[in-house]
Amino acid sequence: MGRTRVVITGIGAISPLGLTAKQTWEGLCSGKCGIRQIRSFDPAKFSCQLAGEVEEYKIQQYVPKSFRKATKLMSKDIELAVIAADEAVRDSGLITKAIDEQKINVNPERMAINIGAGLISCDPCELAPAVAKSIADGKFDIRKWGKEGLDLVTPLWLLKYLPNMLACHVGIIHDIQGPSNTITCAEVSGHIAIAEAAEVIARGNSDIALAGGAEAKVNPVLIMRQCLLKRSTSRHNDDPQRACRPFDADASGSVFGNGGGIVVLENLDNATKRGAKIYAEVVGTGQSTCINSAYEHIEPDGYGLTIAIEKALAQTNISPKDIDLIIPHGTGIPQDDLAEAKGIERALGKETKRIPVWPTKSMLSNTGAACGGLDIIAAVCAMRNGLIPAAKNYEKIAPGCNLNIVKENTKANIRYALCCGYTYGGQTAAVILRKFEN
Amino acid sequence: MTHDGKKERVVITGMGIVCPLGHDIDSTWKAILAGKSGVAKTTIFDASTFPTTFSAEVKGYDFAKFTKNTQLHKDGNRGSKFAIGATVQACRQAGINIETNNPADGIDRKRMGIYLGAGEGAANHEAFFGAIAAGWDNQTSVMDWTKWAEVAATQMRAAHELEQEANMPAAHLAMLTGARGPVRGCLTACAASTQAVGEATMIIRRGDADIMIAGGAHSMIHPLGQTGFNRLTTLSTRNDSPETASRPFTASRDGFVLGEGAAIVILESLTSAKKRGAKILAEVIGYGSSSDAFRVTDMHEDGRGAIQAISAAIADAGITYKDVDYINTHGTSTAENDSIETKAIKAVFRERAKQIPVSSTKSMMGHLIGAAGAAELITCVLAIRDSIVPATINLNDPDPQLDLDYVPNVPRKMQVKTAMKESFGFGGQNNVVIIKKYED
Repeated sequence: MGRTRVVITGIGAISPLGLTAKQTWEGLCSGKCGIRQIRSFDPAKFSCQLAGEVEEYKIQQYVPKSFRKATKLMSKDIELAVIAADEAVRDSGLITKAIDEQKINVNPERMAINIGAGLISCDPCELAPAVAKSIADGKFDIRKWGKEGLDLVTPLWLLKYLPNMLACHVGIIHDIQGPSNTITCAEVSGHIAIAEAAEVIARGNSDIALAGGAEAKVNPVLIMRQCLLKRSTSRHNDDPQRACRPFDADASGSVFGNGGGIVVLENLDNATKRGAKIYAEVVGTGQSTCINSAYEHIEPDGYGLTIAIEKALAQTNISPKDIDLIIPHGTGIPQDDLAEAKGIERALGKETKRIPVWPTKSMLSNTGAACGGLDIIAAVCAMRNGLIPAAKNYEKIAPGCNLNIVKENTKANIRYALCCGYTYGGQTAAVILRKFEN
Repeated sequence: MTHDGKKERVVITGMGIVCPLGHDIDSTWKAILAGKSGVAKTTIFDASTFPTTFSAEVKGYDFAKFTKNTQLHKDGNRGSKFAIGATVQACRQAGINIETNNPADGIDRKRMGIYLGAGEGAANHEAFFGAIAAGWDNQTSVMDWTKWAEVAATQMRAAHELEQEANMPAAHLAMLTGARGPVRGCLTACAASTQAVGEATMIIRRGDADIMIAGGAHSMIHPLGQTGFNRLTTLSTRNDSPETASRPFTASRDGFVLGEGAAIVILESLTSAKKRGAKILAEVIGYGSSSDAFRVTDMHEDGRGAIQAISAAIADAGITYKDVDYINTHGTSTAENDSIETKAIKAVFRERAKQIPVSSTKSMMGHLIGAAGAAELITCVLAIRDSIVPATINLNDPDPQLDLDYVPNVPRKMQVKTAMKESFGFGGQNNVVIIKKYED
C-alpha cells in the first residue's frame, strides 16, 4: 500500500474580521481588531460586554435556491458553517451539487465531512412566549409548561440546536455521502476535526473531506457562562480593541466571538490529477489531554499540550529546528497562556526562543469550535504570502512565558507551521502543516 | 499525514455499562435475556403534563460506589457520572489501574486514549427558565437582557454551566484513568457512540494508541430534551402502558422511548492485549460511516446512507454479507426508522436477509441517544460469548410490511461468530461496527 499524502486545496472563513478568508487575512495583516461592544443583545449587566461579532450577511445567498426554505432550521452556528463551507468548496474548484448540478466533478460517496461544533445554546427569546405561558404564582411551573407552554415551541425547534446539524446541513447542500463526524471538544474541536478528516483520507475511506469548525459564542447564555467562569476579561469594557492580549503582561482574560473556518482536504493524487491549487500539506497531528482538577483551565505545566506537540513532530518526522511558525491557542487568560507557553517550551526546547509565535485571538476573538479552522487557515495564508502578521495587543511578555511573540509584520519563508489548541475540559491537539512541494 | 498500511488488530478487553436495565454488565444482560423493560413513569422531573410522561431512566445509581474521589466528580452531569461507573467496570475487567499516579498495569498512559460519544448536560432549568421569565415582556415581545442577566448571574453556577459542555465527560474519565493519549468526543446524535468505537478502533489500527476507552454517555431526560423530541413527535405517547411503548417493528409502533446511560468498551491492540495477558472478549473487525445527504428531518427513503455505511463496514472487515450472523439494529420503534432500516438490510443482505436474526434491544432499554450504540454493541459481545441472541420484546403485532426475523419476544440460543451494530443519527449520520468472536 502506498503512502497517502493529504493536502489543503480550499479555504473558507467567516470571522469578526470579514465574511471571507481573504477579508479575514487582510484584517489580520493590517492589525484590525474584530472585537467590539456586543450589539446583538444589551450586555450592560454582563461582566464582559465585548465580543467578536460577525457583520451582517444574508444566508440565502450562500445556499442553492432549493435549500432556501431549510435555512429556517439554521441556528447561527449552522449558518457560519454553511458560509465557510461554501467559500472553501468554491475556492477548491470542486463542483458539488450546490455549485452547479450539471457539472459535478466529484464522487459524493468519496467525500467526507467533519465539522467541529460547540454545544449550541438555544435563543432564550425563542422560548420566551412558551415560558410566559408557563408562569403560575409568579414562578415557572413545569406542569404548565408541559400542558400549555410546550405547544408554543416551534415543532422543529430541537433540530436547530443539535451540534451535528452543522455537518448535516453542509453535507446535504454539497451532497457529501461519505464518512461524517461532528467533533465536540469545545475550543479544540476544529483542530481535531481537521486532524481526523486527514486520517479518514489517509486510510483510504475518502478522497476529499470538508473539515474545520464553526461556533456562535455570542449568545447571552454562552457569554454569561464564560463570565461566571471568569474566563472573559472584565477590565476593558470601554476599550474593546485592547481587550484580548494573549501572552501580554497586561492580559486579563479572553473575549469570545462568532466564526467559522473550514478547509477542503484532499488526497494528493486526487488534487494533482485535477490540477488543483495546493495550499499546504497536512503532515502531522498529535493529541492528548490535560489532567487537572481545575478543569476550566489547562493544567499549570501545560504537559498535555507538550505530549500533543511531541506526537505531531514524531509523526511528521521533523525536529523543532524545522518549525518556522507557531499559532498557539493563546486565549489571553493569564494562567492558561502561561501554561501553554510552558507546554510549548517543554516540547520545543531551546528552539522556542527562535520560532515566531503568532496568537490570533486579539484580533479574531475566541471563536470556540471555529478557532482551529481559522488558525489553520491563517497559517496557510502566512505560508502562501511569506508573511507573519504582528500579534496585536502584545507589548511586554507575560512573566514566565518564554515565547518569541511576533511584534511586527515579518517576512518569512515558512516551511513548517505548528497550530496548537486546547480547551477547558482538557483535550489538546497539535497540527503541523508543510509548505507544499511536489 | 501518511498511512503505511500496517494494521494492528483491535480487540475488546473490558466492558462496563450503566443503563436503565442495570448498573453493571451482569444485571443488564440478565434483564435483557429475561425480556425486561426499563421503561416507566418519568421521575427525574415532573413530566406528568407532557405529551409523553414516561422514559427509561437509570434508577438508584450512586457513582460514589465506583470512585473514591467523589469531590472531584461531584459537579459532573448525569452522563459524566454514568460514564464513571461504566469506565471503572471496564477498566477493572481489562486490568487497567485507575485513580493512581503509579499504575502497576504496565500500560503507558501516553498510549491510552479516550473516545466518547457524549452529550450535553442538563441546564439548571430553574435558573434558565427563571431568567427568561424575568426578562421577557410578553406584551411587547421584547427581552430585557438587564433583567435576564440579573437572574442568570445570581442563579447560574459556574461549575454547573461548565459541566453542560459535551466534552466534559471525557475530562472526568481522563482524571479517573490518567489517560494521556488521543482524547476525542463526537456528538453525531443517535450514532455518536458507535462512531466513537469505530474511530477509536482506527486510532489503534494505525498505531496512534494501544488502548482506547471508547463508548458513550448521555441523558436527554430533561425538560428541554423532552420538549424537543415531543415537538418533533418522535417519542411514543403510549402513556397508559410505558413498558410496552418501545415496540420496534410492530404495526402499532408510535415512536421511541427516551433513555439514558453510559456504555464503555476497552479497545486494545492485539499486541498489547497479548503482552498484558488480558482476556479477549471479541475482536472489532469493521467500521463504516456515511451520510444520507438527504434531509435533516428524514432518513433517505431508500436507506441510501444506511446501505453505504453497512457496506463500508463489511468491506472494511474484509468479509461478505454472507458472514454476518446477527444484527443489532438501530430499531428505534419509529415508523420511519424501522421500515427504512428493514429496507437497507434487505438491500445489503439480499437472499440472506430473512435468515439473519435482527433484533432491537431498544425495546427493553429505550433509546440512550448518544450512548445507545455502545450499549447495544455490548449486547453483541455478550451474544457471541453466550451463544444467545437477545429478543425484540413487545413484538406481538408485527408490521405486515416488515418481514425480517426480528427475534420476537424470546431470546434465541444460537452460535454467533460475527455480529453487526447499526446506528443512524438524526440528520443522516450513519455508523456501523462489526465484531467477531476472537480467534488467534
